[in-house]
Amino acid sequence: MSIITIKNLTKKYKSGAGELTALSSVDIEVEKGEFLAITGRSGSGKSTLLYQIGLLDRPTSGHIVIDGRDALAMSEDERTYLRLSELGYVFQDYAILPALTSLENVMLPLLMMGVETKHAKDKATYALKRVGLEDKLANYPSQLSGGQQQRVSIARAIAHEPKIIFADEPTANLDSETSEMVLEAFLDLHKEGQTIIMVTHEKDYAALTDRVIELSDGKIINDFKVTKKERHKTS
Amino acid sequence: MKNDLRIGFFLALREIKKANKWTTALIITVMVLTFLNLIVISGVLVGLIEGSTDANRYRYTGDLILSTLPKKNFIERSTYIQSLLENHPYVERISPRYAEPGRVQANYKNRTRLSDAIDSAGGMVFGIDPAIEDSVTHLSKYLVEGEYLDDSDADQILIGANLLYKYTPVESPGFSTLKNVEVGSRVRLVIGDTSREVTVKGIIKSKVDPDQGIFMIDRELKKIIGRNDNNVDSMAVILKKNADPKVVKDDLVNQGVDQYALVQTWEEAQPKFLNDIKATFGLLGNMIGSIGLAVASITIFIIIFVNAITRRRFIGILKGIGIRSRAIEVSYVIQSLFYAFFGIAIGSLIVFLVLQPYIAAHPINFPFSDGILVATFSGTLIRGIILLFATLIAGYIPARLVVKQNTLDAILGR
Repeated sequence: MSIITIKNLTKKYKSGAGELTALSSVDIEVEKGEFLAITGRSGSGKSTLLYQIGLLDRPTSGHIVIDGRDALAMSEDERTYLRLSELGYVFQDYAILPALTSLENVMLPLLMMGVETKHAKDKATYALKRVGLEDKLANYPSQLSGGQQQRVSIARAIAHEPKIIFADEPTANLDSETSEMVLEAFLDLHKEGQTIIMVTHEKDYAALTDRVIELSDGKIINDFKVTKKERHKTS
Repeated sequence: MKNDLRIGFFLALREIKKANKWTTALIITVMVLTFLNLIVISGVLVGLIEGSTDANRYRYTGDLILSTLPKKNFIERSTYIQSLLENHPYVERISPRYAEPGRVQANYKNRTRLSDAIDSAGGMVFGIDPAIEDSVTHLSKYLVEGEYLDDSDADQILIGANLLYKYTPVESPGFSTLKNVEVGSRVRLVIGDTSREVTVKGIIKSKVDPDQGIFMIDRELKKIIGRNDNNVDSMAVILKKNADPKVVKDDLVNQGVDQYALVQTWEEAQPKFLNDIKATFGLLGNMIGSIGLAVASITIFIIIFVNAITRRRFIGILKGIGIRSRAIEVSYVIQSLFYAFFGIAIGSLIVFLVLQPYIAAHPINFPFSDGILVATFSGTLIRGIILLFATLIAGYIPARLVVKQNTLDAILGR
C-alpha cells in the first residue's frame, strides 16, 4: 500500500540567467514501511526532492499525495499540522534548538500537538532512551557531541510516532563510527515498520535500505530494490 | 490559540533563561530608563507647579480662605464668622489677618538732595497674631534671616524677600526693591497718610504670597490704620484631617457667610495661570514622554529584530517540524513583554520607593516653588500599560517579518 504517491513533480528555480530545473517530472510511489534511499551526486536534486515530499517547499507543478491526502491542495496551516503530526525530520546539521535541553527539544512537537506536559515528558524520555541518550535528558546541545545531537534529532523525529521520517544526509557531518550508530538507529526503526526516506550520497549506507532511487540532473536515472545479498555485503 | 500561547511561553522562557545575562540586564535598563522618562519628566514638570500650589495652601491660604468681598473694606461681622468657624466640627484652627496696602521706605535719612528718589517697595501689610499665624501657616519656618515676631513687639516687622534687592535683584520701571535693607535696619512703613518708623526683625522667603508682604503685630497695624473694631480682612482656615474643603465651604455658604466674605477653597484661591501652566507642563511632559516611548519601541523593535534574524534558521526549523507561526510570534512577543514588565516594575519601585520620597524630603529648588515629583498610582499604571502595549507591537512586528519568510530558505540560510 502506497503511503506517498508523487506524480509528474517538477521544481524550477528562478536564477539570474533564467530558470533552473531542479526536478523534472519525477514519479515515485513509496510503500508503507519502506526504507527508501535517495542518492545522486551533488546538485542532482536529491535534497530538493526530499523538501518537496516533506512539505517544506512547494513544487512548481505535479502532485504529492501523502497517506491519501493531496498535500498540494492543503492550506499552509494544514501542511504545518501534517508536518507536525504525521511527519518527522532529521536534518544534516541536527537542527536542534540550542536554548532547549535534549528532553525539551524532543518534547516540543508533542506539546504543540496538545499532549499533556507529563505525558509529553514520558514520551520524549522514551524516545531518547531508544536512541541511547537516557542519561543526557537535561543536557543542552552545546554539551553534546555531534553524534549525540543527531540522535536527539532522531528522537525528536520519532517521539510523536510519525507515519514517515525524512532524513536529509543525516550522517554527513559525523565520523564513520558515529554515522554507523545513527544508521543503526534508523534500521531499528525500520524493523518496527517505520517508513523512512533518507537522502544520502554514501552508497554503502544506501545499500542498507530497501530501495534506492538515484537522481541525476533532477531526473530519476535508477530505481531499484536492494537485494539481501547487497545488504549483507554492506553490513 | 491556547496551544500557541503554551508553546510561546515554553520557548520564550527558555530563550530568556539561556540569554546572555548582561544583554538582558542592558535591555531591562533601557526599559527602566524609558519608563522613568515617561513618569519623571512629566512628574517633575507638573510637580513644579504642584509644589507652588501646595506651598500656597500650606504657607498662605490654609484649606479655606475667607477674604474681603469686592467693594468692601473688610469682612463684616468678623467676630460672628470667627465664632462660627471655631465651633465648626471640621475646623481645626483659624488665623484672622488684618491687611492694608502699604510701602516700606529705606533711604529717606541718607538722601543728600530732596530730588533724589526714596528707596521704597510696596506690598500688603498684614497684621497678625504671631502665635496663631504660625500654627496655621508655619510662617516662622520660612524666616531666612532674623527672628520671628512675638506678641510684645511694637514696632518690629517681618519683610518678604521679594521686597528686598538682596533676594530679588530685579530693576525695572514699576517694580522697585529695597537696597541695603537687612535685619535690624530702621525703615519707614507708610500706610495711606500714616507712617511709622519700624525695625526689620526678620526676612521671610516662602516662595508664595507672604514674600510680597510685610508682617506686624495686629494691634499695632490697627493703631496705624485707626481701626477700632474686630473686623479683619482675611481668615486662613485649617480643617481637620480628611475634612473636605468643598463640603465645609458649602456649609459656610449655606449659613450665609458668603454675604460678608468671599469663601474659597485652597484650590479656588490659586491663581488661574498656575492651573494653565500645570496643564501645559503636563502636556509638555507627555510630549517628551512620547518621544521616550517611541525610542523605547524602536529599541525593542531592533532588539527583537536582531534576535529573530540571528535565530532565523531556528525559526525555520521550528516551522519545519510543525510549530505554528503564531506560537513562534507569541514567544517573541512574550520576550519583549518580559523586558517591558521588569523595566516597568523596577522603574515603579525607583519612582515610589526612592525618587518620590527623596524629592519630597529634598524638594527641587526652583525660584518660585519647591518642586516635587507628582506620580500618581493611576497615572503610573496608565503609562505602564502604554509602554507594555508599545512593546507588544514593537516585539510582534519584527517577529512577524522573520516568521513569515519561506521555511526552507530559513532552514538553509538562503
